[in-house]
Amino acid sequence: MSLAAASREPTGDGFRFDRWAPLILLGGAAAIYVAVAVATGQTQYLTLDNLIAILGRSIALGITAIGQTFVILAASIDLSVASLISATAVLASVVMDGSAAMIVPAIAAAIALGALVGLANGMIVSVLKVNPLIATLGMSLVIQGCLSAFVSNFAGSVPPAFQVFAYGQIGAVPLALVFLLSLAILAWAVLRFTKFGSDLYAVGGNEEAARFAGIKTGRVVLTAHVICSVCAAIAGLYLASRLRSGAPWIGADGVYDLESIAVVVIGGTVLAGGRGGIWGTMAGMLIFSLIDSVFNIAGVDTFAKQVLRGIIIVAAVAFYAIRSKRIVA
Amino acid sequence: MTGSPTASRPGTGGWSLAGINPVWPLLAALVAAIVFMNPGFAEPTGYMNFLKRAAPLAILAAGQVYVITSGGFDLSQGSLITLVVVGSSMLTDNDPAATAWVIPVMLAIGLGVGAVNGAIVCFLRVPSLIATLGTMITLNGLAFLWSGGAPRGYLPDTFRFFGRELIHDVPLVRFVPVSVIVLVVVVGALAWAMHRTNLGRMVHAIGDNPVAARLAGVPVNRVRVTAFMLSGLSAAIAGILLGGFAGVSTDVGTGYELEAITAAVLGGAQLLGGRGSVPAALGGALALTAIFTLLNFLGLPQPVRQVVQGLILIAAVALAMHRRKRTGT
Amino acid sequence: MKLILSAAGALSLSLAPAQAQNFNDPEEFAKQQEQLQAQPNGPEGEPWLQYIGDGMVETGDLGIEAPATVCFSNAGVNNPWRVVGFTNMTEELANHQSIGEFIHVDAEGSDDKQIADIDDLLAGGNCDVMIVSPNTTAALTPAVEQACESMPVIVFDRGVNTDCPVTYVHPVGGYGFGIEGAEFIAGELDEGDNVLMLRILPGVDVLETRYSAGRRILDEAGLNVVGAEFTDGDNARTKSIVEDYLMRGDIDAVWMDAGATAVAAIEAFEDSGYEIPVFVGEDQQDFLRKWEEEGMTAIAPTYPTYQWRTAVIAAARVIEGEALPGPEWVLPQPAITEETLAEYVNPAMPPLHYAMCGCETMETYPEAWGGN
Repeated sequence: MSLAAASREPTGDGFRFDRWAPLILLGGAAAIYVAVAVATGQTQYLTLDNLIAILGRSIALGITAIGQTFVILAASIDLSVASLISATAVLASVVMDGSAAMIVPAIAAAIALGALVGLANGMIVSVLKVNPLIATLGMSLVIQGCLSAFVSNFAGSVPPAFQVFAYGQIGAVPLALVFLLSLAILAWAVLRFTKFGSDLYAVGGNEEAARFAGIKTGRVVLTAHVICSVCAAIAGLYLASRLRSGAPWIGADGVYDLESIAVVVIGGTVLAGGRGGIWGTMAGMLIFSLIDSVFNIAGVDTFAKQVLRGIIIVAAVAFYAIRSKRIVA
Repeated sequence: MTGSPTASRPGTGGWSLAGINPVWPLLAALVAAIVFMNPGFAEPTGYMNFLKRAAPLAILAAGQVYVITSGGFDLSQGSLITLVVVGSSMLTDNDPAATAWVIPVMLAIGLGVGAVNGAIVCFLRVPSLIATLGTMITLNGLAFLWSGGAPRGYLPDTFRFFGRELIHDVPLVRFVPVSVIVLVVVVGALAWAMHRTNLGRMVHAIGDNPVAARLAGVPVNRVRVTAFMLSGLSAAIAGILLGGFAGVSTDVGTGYELEAITAAVLGGAQLLGGRGSVPAALGGALALTAIFTLLNFLGLPQPVRQVVQGLILIAAVALAMHRRKRTGT
Repeated sequence: MKLILSAAGALSLSLAPAQAQNFNDPEEFAKQQEQLQAQPNGPEGEPWLQYIGDGMVETGDLGIEAPATVCFSNAGVNNPWRVVGFTNMTEELANHQSIGEFIHVDAEGSDDKQIADIDDLLAGGNCDVMIVSPNTTAALTPAVEQACESMPVIVFDRGVNTDCPVTYVHPVGGYGFGIEGAEFIAGELDEGDNVLMLRILPGVDVLETRYSAGRRILDEAGLNVVGAEFTDGDNARTKSIVEDYLMRGDIDAVWMDAGATAVAAIEAFEDSGYEIPVFVGEDQQDFLRKWEEEGMTAIAPTYPTYQWRTAVIAAARVIEGEALPGPEWVLPQPAITEETLAEYVNPAMPPLHYAMCGCETMETYPEAWGGN
């Protein structure tokens, strides 16, 4: 969130630290995982099954974080994803209400709600010029309030056909994992090959310059918000499938708002916007999963776990940021 | 300092805009509505109870506004409150005489946590949103780790004096809660430092344009760390009041950081820095508390309160942006 | 914004049939009312070993070699009740030779995380028996079903919507909790007297049933319920709510669905200069101590933490191939009354300790629970 974003630090010629840093962190996390498993004599944790279990640990977080990457690249942020996840999960499970025939309408409704919220967020941020943190915090309260006014517990249910989304397997690989990977590839392609992608980096890097270059900056920010909210809606659908129903607290309980931001930032995307990418975010998600698994294997005390997690978030981000010469606030 | 481009601007944020800061008419309208709904509110018991309840939030907001004005956020205030309450119960360990040294220790912890936050931002160059998110998680874990999840002692009456007791036989108002006196003293001191000293001008300067401020000779890091320390100190004081008001629990502070930011923003503080006022943050905190009180009197359920809070938040900022655009500042 | 509101409105219309979950089930109410009076089987004075009803399950020889590995997927230790319970559990482990390794994973209050935790345990935990304390009933059902396929599972506290676990350990239940407090109030007050009901938050099954049972009895007794407010389990909010009610009129009794904020509610009366009315709290030490000091008219229904011991005992019996109460192991759920108060109040214990822990005779008591 720097105001002095204009000065970019020079990148080295040969080794591009920025590019490889997420991978270095991920490698470190994986090495710690292996070391802990070996040191505690629990080598049964080093099988393919376990690898898949780790990869599949944080699907909902991963989907949300992909969306969050878009808004953060645009130098915005979205705190409303957690309540939106709850809302779409409940909406989907209520519309389905156990009937396989209602799956398509339910998915459509959830995505539409996501798009709508994204549109509203984007409008408030880009047209009313409200700081995105406040805009989406306010939106989060509105969504959560509307939701809790109508439901207070698990509502509706998801038919077995839809549970395939979370529990289905393609061979040994969970369907949801394949889905996440496809979504990541799609997001990467959008960022890499489309005009919107390059505009997004330009707007996030320097909005004024982007505007002078003829980019419709408001529209870019708006689109980023719609993408982010639709991703949150998909995460809501996934959770409805995984939990067999939707409840108004599942988003908040998973702390998907702050955790998705942390994942994106640990993946090397800069909070000030304009730099970073999807693969970093995926690395960030895996780092989170690995940390959780390491804690479980090592049997770390629950409260110590929290202390360590906070320190790890700060340390990981410092790993990128400390080389920067910019003034941050 | 004399060369700073912002040194000439009066530090009173909202007051320098066209006319009066809108938080005051808002507060007046809310109070009028409450009195209309419940005439008992105009009695000392009514409004003193109200001020007593608003005191922790108002103190928090007054500290938070330093960090916001300097361009950052402090998300760690809430868990710092929890740490202070739990820590005090551990340290006093049912000994009334311990209060005399426990309170200074808690204030020191507040300053210390603020210094750590500031150091992470200034020297590790981690954006404050992430840095204080990290400390938030860490402090929460520390509070539990320290107490093993169940705080050991009761808070003695000597400790609870500040948050619970009343001073009777005061002319005009009959009685004054001690916490209201604390509120006046703390907010008064913070307002003085912000608007009548060089520190306040420098806080505004580094939030407005850190590069220019540095060129003008402002010790950016030192000022930023000071802002975080004042925010931490205010959280420690709020924790002492809350522990005093309601006793020991393990989730006292939850959510207070966002309420404090909301209050500061209602008072016209500008996120990402450069504009902020302690008296207006006090007004924001009182207005927020008044909104809750009013909704309570109207018998509206919790979800409606959330929706109203969200809408007011967005509207307040949108309105401020609109005014700023119109007045060309 | 309008669009969202209207979308939410449309949602509400379609919700009527979906809200099928019934927290006011007269049959369950009657059953638990009966269970409160029932004479439990099992050793006198050791309620964590007792059971109501005669159902037993034979575990036979499952071929588990002692010492076995027991894995525990915990919903969280995010409140003092769960902290006390988890301490009971870890201390109980020392009593069982047949349990070798004990692997504990903590979901920190998230359904999603708990499902992932169970996946992890199944993938590599080498577990012989699994204990699950589900974060929510509906969400954890598939994960528990999956675990049942590879090992015996014991569930406690909240249940799951499947009968695949060996047994489901739980005290009488939420209706029972609500009944005990409300019947006490009904006995102390006259018709038309004012009762304030304080609740933590809506939607949580075990709390909703407490409320519906309490409300039913208070209404039937002709008492005037002046309000039912949500406190979020927050002391400051509780105190403020009670202060606001006192400004509007008298309160003759306070019913609470959980006692964590009871002392804050009592202080609201004290600080506003009122007599402390009839109170329903819980077995937390701070409330018991206040009750004794002030000589209040009160009762403390409990949701005993000793069920955490029982879950370990059940696991040990499965390993040893012994029979155990099931498919539900219903534990007695005593309330602390004026007569039994002195047995439970203990100034040496921390304020947030739950007295009905069945842990007083354990070797490491009271240090392991934070007492002096």
